[in-house]
Amino acid sequence: MGQITLSKVVKQFGEVTVIPPLDLEINEGEFVVFVGPSGCGKSTLLRLIAGLEDTSAGSITIDGVNATDLPPAKRGLAMVFQSYALYPHMTVRKNIAFPLKMAGMSPEEQEKRVKAAAGVLNMNKLLDRRPGQLSGGQRQRVAIGRAIVREPKAFLFDEPLSNLDAALRMGMRLEITELHQRLKTTMIYVTHDQVEAMTMADKIVVLNAGRIEQAGSPLELYKNPKNIFVASFIGSPKMNFVGGQVAKYHNAATIGVRPEHVMLSTSSGPWKGTVGVAEHLGSDTFVHVNTEEAGTITARISGEVVVKHGDTVWLTPMPDKIYRFDAEGVAI
Amino acid sequence: MVSPAVAVLLIWMIVPLAMTIWFSFQQYNLLYPDRTGFAGIENYYYFITDFRFQPAIWNTLRLVLGVLAITTIGGILLALLLDQPFWGQGIVRLLVLAPFFVMPTVSALVWQNMFMDPVNGLFAHIAKAFGGDGYDFLGQSPLMSIIIMVAWQWLPFATLILLTALQSLDREQIEAAEMDGASVWSRFIYIILPHMTRAITVVILIQTIFILSVYAEILVTTNGGPGTASLNLPFLVYLASIVDNDVGMGAAGGVIAIILANIVAFFLMRAIGKNLEH
Repeated sequence: MGQITLSKVVKQFGEVTVIPPLDLEINEGEFVVFVGPSGCGKSTLLRLIAGLEDTSAGSITIDGVNATDLPPAKRGLAMVFQSYALYPHMTVRKNIAFPLKMAGMSPEEQEKRVKAAAGVLNMNKLLDRRPGQLSGGQRQRVAIGRAIVREPKAFLFDEPLSNLDAALRMGMRLEITELHQRLKTTMIYVTHDQVEAMTMADKIVVLNAGRIEQAGSPLELYKNPKNIFVASFIGSPKMNFVGGQVAKYHNAATIGVRPEHVMLSTSSGPWKGTVGVAEHLGSDTFVHVNTEEAGTITARISGEVVVKHGDTVWLTPMPDKIYRFDAEGVAI
Repeated sequence: MVSPAVAVLLIWMIVPLAMTIWFSFQQYNLLYPDRTGFAGIENYYYFITDFRFQPAIWNTLRLVLGVLAITTIGGILLALLLDQPFWGQGIVRLLVLAPFFVMPTVSALVWQNMFMDPVNGLFAHIAKAFGGDGYDFLGQSPLMSIIIMVAWQWLPFATLILLTALQSLDREQIEAAEMDGASVWSRFIYIILPHMTRAITVVILIQTIFILSVYAEILVTTNGGPGTASLNLPFLVYLASIVDNDVGMGAAGGVIAIILANIVAFFLMRAIGKNLEH
């Protein structure tokens, strides 16, 4: 259960087309992440699947049933919102039981399911509190609890971690991934954070202005980006792009090299430059070098490097790790 | 630093109160200036045993409850309506507010002469159009008529407060409830109404204070009549002190009104004040 097919889906707000005709296949049990810059239509796409927005054209099929005109509740999907959208006047128990109550389930059955969900998410002690008395991470957990009691065909997450601090975000990231492995339910996850996309997804869908730029496994996107947009969006720090003479030498309009594929030397190499900023992370060092031939290049060096601002260094891109793009930005 | 302000406020409040209490224990009738001196509890005794006192109390209660019922329920419905996007929203919102700016005496006269008049009123015309007869609102059901007038005046206030409350509701909560399978009615009962309880509490508290002292509408239209049918406590105080020229008895009525208002306020705060805590 949890097979979702979008076919020729279009969304317009008045005159503005947010999503041009779009096709997408989401397989059963898959963890799909929609990623893209803000305003790229990823949240709108999720809301179309959820049924919170009406599709202007095209069809959405869930488990073989045409769901295009079904109201949200009839689609059998559960959503976790960015603001968690907990009901502030209800206790955690009542929050989680709300969808069950709306489905007309008996109080005993409700209690049983709430207990089970609370067990899965380690929040048995929180059941009698109100959302206002919980921390951000705990609220997040309640929101997920409210989603899992319904045993939906698929979970929809709308930037669920963006309100959490960095440490908590990493923890919740792991928890959601583990939850997916345990429940084996289809999950669709929207984020603008490519790290979340890379670490959690089975399949990443990179969106730009409502179009799918590329869809594939994280490593596929990392290794074979179809165009400059995907190449620059996936990977951290960002890929370096060089045009002009250097690119022409490689028979391309633009070439791209990831920072981890740039070697740094204090004696020789094709690109000579001076160190601008060196960011020491301990495990890695990001060195921003201003070169004459290739502009500013970021290099990611393992471990600690003793370079400082103003030093002269030489950079060498790994020859087999150079991405070539044509004038339209499409990979060659 | 704040003590001068506090002192001014205290004097502002204490002096009239003290004078009212003082007069309520004095013989003070404008028709008999020679009878003066301490009256004991006579003023209170005569005010309470006046045949108009009990009807006045009940009418005050009916007036407050009637207006509260109409304005809160009507206010919630109007707020829900105005929260929907529709063409001409801005103008409609402005127009809904308009009755609040009409003076009580004016609104009472408009209602009396243009709507409720049994011969020339709009309602009479409508009734005639359907072959009925004009209904003498102010003669047949005077208190109900006054409730309608006051409710019309206060409906905009309730609507405005409740609409702001409604607009502060997180859209995602409604969407979450929609995903959870809640029908329109369930969403209203379980999400929207609980969200508005605080605003409803405010509306009830503020309106109670003002509607307990409704006076102008009665003076302009029914004068408390026919008989005692639309007489409330503030109007009885007016009758005693101005019409009967008995300032002492009027003051006693005023003190009784203060005590009753405080009792009502106490129970109101206890009953719904809990909603204000969280």
